[in-house]
Amino acid sequence: MLNWLSQILSVTLFNLRTVPQRKGAAIAAAVGIAGVVTVLVGVLSIAEGFRAAMTVSGSPDVAIVLRSGADSEMTSGLSRDEVRLVAQAPGVARTPDGPLASAELFVIINLPKRSTGTDANVPFRGVEKAAVPVRGDVQIIEGRMFEPGRNEIVVGSGMARTVAGLEVGRSVRIGQVEWTVVGVVSARGGVAESELWTDAAVLQPAYHREDNYQSVMVRLTSPKAFDEFKDALTTNPQLKVKAVRQADFYAEQSSMLTSFIRGVGVAVALLMALGAMFGALNTMYSAVAARTREIATLRALGFGSSPVILSVLLESLVLALLGGTAGALAAYAAFDGYQAATINWQTFSQLAFAFRVTPPLLAQAIAWAAVIGAIGGLFPAVRAARLPIAAGLRDT
Amino acid sequence: MSLLFLVWSHLKRKKLRSALTLLSITVAFVLFGLLCALKEAFTAGVSLADADRLITRHKISLIQPLPVSYRPRIERIPGVASAVHMTWFNGIYQDPKNFFGSFPVDPAPFLEMYPEILLPADQKEAWLAQRNGAVVGRTLVNRFGWKIGDRVPLMSPIWPRQGDAPWEFEIVGIYDGAKKGTDTSGFYFRYDYFDEGRARDKGIVSWYGIRIARGARVEEVAKAVDEEFANSPYETKTEPEGAFAQGFVQQVGDIGTILIAILSAVFFTILLVAGNTMAQSVRERTGEIGVLKAVGFTNARVLGLVLVESCLLAGIGGLIGLALVWTYTTAHGSPVPSILPVFYVPTRDLLRGASLAAALGLATGILPALQAVRLRVADALRRQS
Repeated sequence: MLNWLSQILSVTLFNLRTVPQRKGAAIAAAVGIAGVVTVLVGVLSIAEGFRAAMTVSGSPDVAIVLRSGADSEMTSGLSRDEVRLVAQAPGVARTPDGPLASAELFVIINLPKRSTGTDANVPFRGVEKAAVPVRGDVQIIEGRMFEPGRNEIVVGSGMARTVAGLEVGRSVRIGQVEWTVVGVVSARGGVAESELWTDAAVLQPAYHREDNYQSVMVRLTSPKAFDEFKDALTTNPQLKVKAVRQADFYAEQSSMLTSFIRGVGVAVALLMALGAMFGALNTMYSAVAARTREIATLRALGFGSSPVILSVLLESLVLALLGGTAGALAAYAAFDGYQAATINWQTFSQLAFAFRVTPPLLAQAIAWAAVIGAIGGLFPAVRAARLPIAAGLRDT
Repeated sequence: MSLLFLVWSHLKRKKLRSALTLLSITVAFVLFGLLCALKEAFTAGVSLADADRLITRHKISLIQPLPVSYRPRIERIPGVASAVHMTWFNGIYQDPKNFFGSFPVDPAPFLEMYPEILLPADQKEAWLAQRNGAVVGRTLVNRFGWKIGDRVPLMSPIWPRQGDAPWEFEIVGIYDGAKKGTDTSGFYFRYDYFDEGRARDKGIVSWYGIRIARGARVEEVAKAVDEEFANSPYETKTEPEGAFAQGFVQQVGDIGTILIAILSAVFFTILLVAGNTMAQSVRERTGEIGVLKAVGFTNARVLGLVLVESCLLAGIGGLIGLALVWTYTTAHGSPVPSILPVFYVPTRDLLRGASLAAALGLATGILPALQAVRLRVADALRRQS
């Protein structure tokens, strides 16, 4: 057994030492695999970042209420009476100022994108006082909060970056109303960073939506209170609404784009993996062919066939893992934290987010590299082991 | 002995390597084809836009509605030939994931405005005759296995029907696209039926399509339309159809660019790897080339021999790859119909792909080929041993 292991080790080391002689082919194979990994990580980091931006805000003890049948805030509509009933429902957390419920209005406005100057769909949200404590992660990082009753807006930091003309102190004309930017907010990279906020009571008349809201966001007394809250709403004959946990709501709202990008990423990586595998096979077959005589000599000296198989396999794996690691590092350097914005078709508005290269993503990518390397090495390894020794020794 | 026979023998000598190289090239061109289809899917609206059509929407955003009464006012503006209104219905068939575009329209003016929608005359008559009739695009019909006469219930989260019942439509027509990239995933039905049935906000629509009169200038007409409605509660923004579509491409923004950049990088990496292998295999044959030259092959023939071999590999691999994508997209259409309804490889990209394959063949062949030409016979023969 020990002899067997030392055989594997010595043959593998011997093989690896000859790699520099086959630089070109070895580098080509490793580059191919590095490419697969970079692409896989790069594309999936987009999906990962997008999903993270949508879900980081999702808290288990926050719920959102929409009209029943609505699949987004845009298609929802609630009256003032309905909103009041929701805020009074059991399970809603209360403070001395009243229930932690924010009735909100959601409209989309066009503002010029900084990068291109063309229109971007920007979500403009009318909120109530409780909006900040309900969400829990929104913080003013510049300027101040808007004053109720005035035409003032605060801007999410992501939108401030994406859209031109939203600096604090600037005024923005939307339709026939003039608004002043008074502050910038952050929300741990979440959805609120991609929105503009103002007082709902000011936004309503500006958009001819007196007494109309689109959603109510409430903070519950605990995550467990959700069922009680939901039952109270759905059994109330005066209400035609549905309640969803905030986390589930945001996850659903990001599902279309996330699965699309993941689909593209995996499909491309699969194709590319095929290409890289052919490259690795080519490399290892030539490696075996070039060493026919050496391998035959080793066998003649008494080395078994399994050390030969394993050594070729290990060589291929080492090349693949080197390439994979290089690719993963390159992808991490190139993509992690990259700031981007795209339109989320499910909300029909822009979402600013940062690409995220997460450790599971890197692990997944390196696993792909290992599989490619293993397959790329296996067949040549088997061929190496089957070489007839006498013919191999005669080989020139 | 013919040149091709020699080339064939060379390729056969290391069958496995030739096959693997060929497969890598095929994969690269499959990727190239998909990349082109993806790019076209993002930008089809721009390239197919009619230069004589404008889109008028609410100035604040597309979400804000416009009154249906704007149509006669738009049509009175000098330079406007006709106008039609469109409304975003957001119809849901069984499950919200089955997304497709659905719109109430005025049938006759609508079909006149959009001649790229090809509807047989008898089906048009049927549509005009039947209030709840719907006209559905070919790809959408194929997606759900619908046929003429089928009854299709749709729910709309934006437009509940009075009494909250689902909207009932009967398919009376199936339209095809006049051009290859025309979106045939739409579901169109009659505005009169819709307006009568909707529970609220009667008389509002989402946007207008305008055809300008012959000789009229696009910018001037757009300006005149917006001036007509300036300082009203429903101010408008009018732009050419192409610019409107381009605006959506910009909204997708960096993501589209990055996806396409990544795919291009992949394509070139694979080509690099394959090209390296091909060049390598020529270099290994120095000795043989020396023999060929010794038996009287001219430099031109040697050059041709090496180039034909690399071009053959690149050409066959490239053509197989492009053919695979073309067959797939022609037979199956889009892999994600709800996000990219239009998905095909434009002819110009097929040609571009074919010339890329040729370029790959030349590029990988030319250096080793020149080396082979420069080779002195005596050196080559000596090197062999």
